[in-house]
Amino acid sequence: MKIEIRNGRIIDPAQGTDRVASLYVAAGKFAGIGKAPEGWTANRVIDAGGLVVAPGFIDLSARLREPGFEYKATLESEMQAAIAGGVTSLACPPDTDPPLDEPGLVEMLKHRARLLNQAHVYPVGALTVQLQGTTLTEMGELAEAGCVAFSHADMPLVDTQVLLRAMQYASTFGYRVWLRPNDPHLGRLGVAHDGEVATRLGLPGIPAVAETIAIMTIVALLRETGVRVHLCRLSTAEGVAMVRAAKKEGLPVSCDVAVHHLHLCDVDIGWFDSHTHMVPPLRTVRDRAALRAGVADGTIDLICSDHAPVDDDGKQVPFGEAEPGATGLELLLPLTLKWAMEEKVPLSAALARITCEPAKLLGVAAGDLSAGAPADVCVFDPEQFWTVEPRALKSQGKNTPFLGMEVPGKVRYTLVSGQVVYEA
Amino acid sequence: MRNPQLNAQGELTHLLTLEGLPAPIIRNILDTATPFVGIAEREVKKVPLLRGKAVFNLFFENSTRTRTTFEIAAKRLSADVINLNIGASSTTKGETLLDTVDNLVAMDADIFVVRHAQSGAPHLIAAHLNAHGRSHVHVVNAGDGRHSHPTQGLLDLYTIRHYKKEFHNLTVAIVGDVLHSRVARSLIHGLTTLGTPEVRVIGPKTLLPNKVEALGVRVFHDMREGLKGCDVVVMLRLQSERMKGALLPSAGEYFKHYGLTPDKLALAKPDVIVMHPGPMNRGVEIDSAVADGDRAVILPQVTFGIAVRMAVMSIIAGN
Repeated sequence: MKIEIRNGRIIDPAQGTDRVASLYVAAGKFAGIGKAPEGWTANRVIDAGGLVVAPGFIDLSARLREPGFEYKATLESEMQAAIAGGVTSLACPPDTDPPLDEPGLVEMLKHRARLLNQAHVYPVGALTVQLQGTTLTEMGELAEAGCVAFSHADMPLVDTQVLLRAMQYASTFGYRVWLRPNDPHLGRLGVAHDGEVATRLGLPGIPAVAETIAIMTIVALLRETGVRVHLCRLSTAEGVAMVRAAKKEGLPVSCDVAVHHLHLCDVDIGWFDSHTHMVPPLRTVRDRAALRAGVADGTIDLICSDHAPVDDDGKQVPFGEAEPGATGLELLLPLTLKWAMEEKVPLSAALARITCEPAKLLGVAAGDLSAGAPADVCVFDPEQFWTVEPRALKSQGKNTPFLGMEVPGKVRYTLVSGQVVYEA
Repeated sequence: MRNPQLNAQGELTHLLTLEGLPAPIIRNILDTATPFVGIAEREVKKVPLLRGKAVFNLFFENSTRTRTTFEIAAKRLSADVINLNIGASSTTKGETLLDTVDNLVAMDADIFVVRHAQSGAPHLIAAHLNAHGRSHVHVVNAGDGRHSHPTQGLLDLYTIRHYKKEFHNLTVAIVGDVLHSRVARSLIHGLTTLGTPEVRVIGPKTLLPNKVEALGVRVFHDMREGLKGCDVVVMLRLQSERMKGALLPSAGEYFKHYGLTPDKLALAKPDVIVMHPGPMNRGVEIDSAVADGDRAVILPQVTFGIAVRMAVMSIIAGN
């Protein structure tokens, strides 16, 4: 199959490409930009005039809800959502039921994903058995089965000695550890940022120090062990400042932010809107500004959707009882573009946050358009606005605080390994 | 998005919180309550304002006192009262809060009086009713989590107005566990809305919520300092499970610092009134000499509470 994506604005942040040209795809791989390979005849020509042609997006946190939570979403529905959002590679956290702590589970997930032949799925293994924070998992076996990193998802890892051992063990074999910085005691029972809004609404708070204390602990252990740590879902201004300092010191640390944290803050809870119940919580306008600036200056390496499909039963309850999270795969591009437009960040720099930067973390061949690489592509219209509403979303989770909003960025074609898997 | 407790004409249709309510609406409730206070002394303790209406007391959290006062208030308005102590039973049956509400609406409820352990639960119910064309069914919040207890706030305002006439020249101190108190939050909003120039909160740092100043209050940790010159002192109940542990070392130490004793009360104005939402812990937050003394207006609060709840239910049912 030979595909020619003609006359699009090709943006490949990894190589600094940003020009109008044609992109050639053959045998599932990129075959060149601008100049057709020798003897080229396309089986299919896609007219990309006025559209952006970019590497398929890479999302480092997308819950597919399998195994264990199929009533919330299935692999089928969420893979549809991924390709409809232009996401061609995604990492899924281990907080399934049972958690991804055994090679068999990981292999099954990879196998099911492969059969669907849509986005590439990269499981993240559990750092401890059952995510209970006591016994290390067989990381070697899990890595062989396909885990790209190890994490504790949003489960508390209370015992700092276990954390140290896990980091030491992972560093022995060069595995990456992804941790969401959260002191399990300080945030206990909290459901919203501990500040003016939570005080007014009488919602138990999660203080900002729950994040910063955890970052201090992790950074101290990182100096000790040398393990490559990725900090997930920063939410505070202080957290961003601490990562900036750690990077300046030359420590092997990276971090990300959930895309909704770039747009929302605790004030958006309004009158107890359970759609805004997030983990970590939405924090203050000052924190939001620091997160936006952190992505712009590169302190925050990448943006993820933190996709968490939640059914209505999980949201049509009082705020504190509501299941946290929101559907996100189909909003990763629009909300990243919205941030970039508002902050006047060039399109190429914005796309880097959801293409080549997360690719570095995954350590797989994806996130750029270099010749010979697997042809994962997203062709989208950056000027077209669309309204976020349940029927516009493929994800089984229709709940998001952005319902009713107009957002930029309409995906027109998604290619995975050189095949058109989505078009609209 | 419109304020969820007001209808399109800006009239009160649910009572969810005092925060953001226009002052005239609050004053109207207090004025409406005044004639109801005398009803208890009449031979026939009833008025026919809610005849033929059904008031459902929907208590997801146990309460005897508040439920009883709502029941008395509704009965004095000639309404039919149905008490539902749902507690844990509905959750064990797996029925959701909104399913329960829909079922009761099908039984032709007119007013839901809701108590729930989760902040915002009455908002959820009100929004659900409004969104499903059931805006003729009204919700009265009888206490939600730490958030709001608006009828308690209103009866406190009524009591203060009864004894002090005006709000614009008062200094009011609220003492104790503000962190967990929906009573304190409601009273603070009510007082600031009606123009009280100084509202103080007094307590140890462990029992005051973060950024409480944002509610428009002055913070004191030294009770003697905070009581100076006060016209009104409102003592909050300290839940027994909070007397020991990480919030407070002991009930005894709490009483030493924040218990209201005659000598501390002497620092307030001579005509100070002392209030308490009940039930009191004598010897923990309040000394019996004060609770039973001539400055206490704790029992009149209870009486006014019935009149205020009658006023609230009659107003929203008419809107």
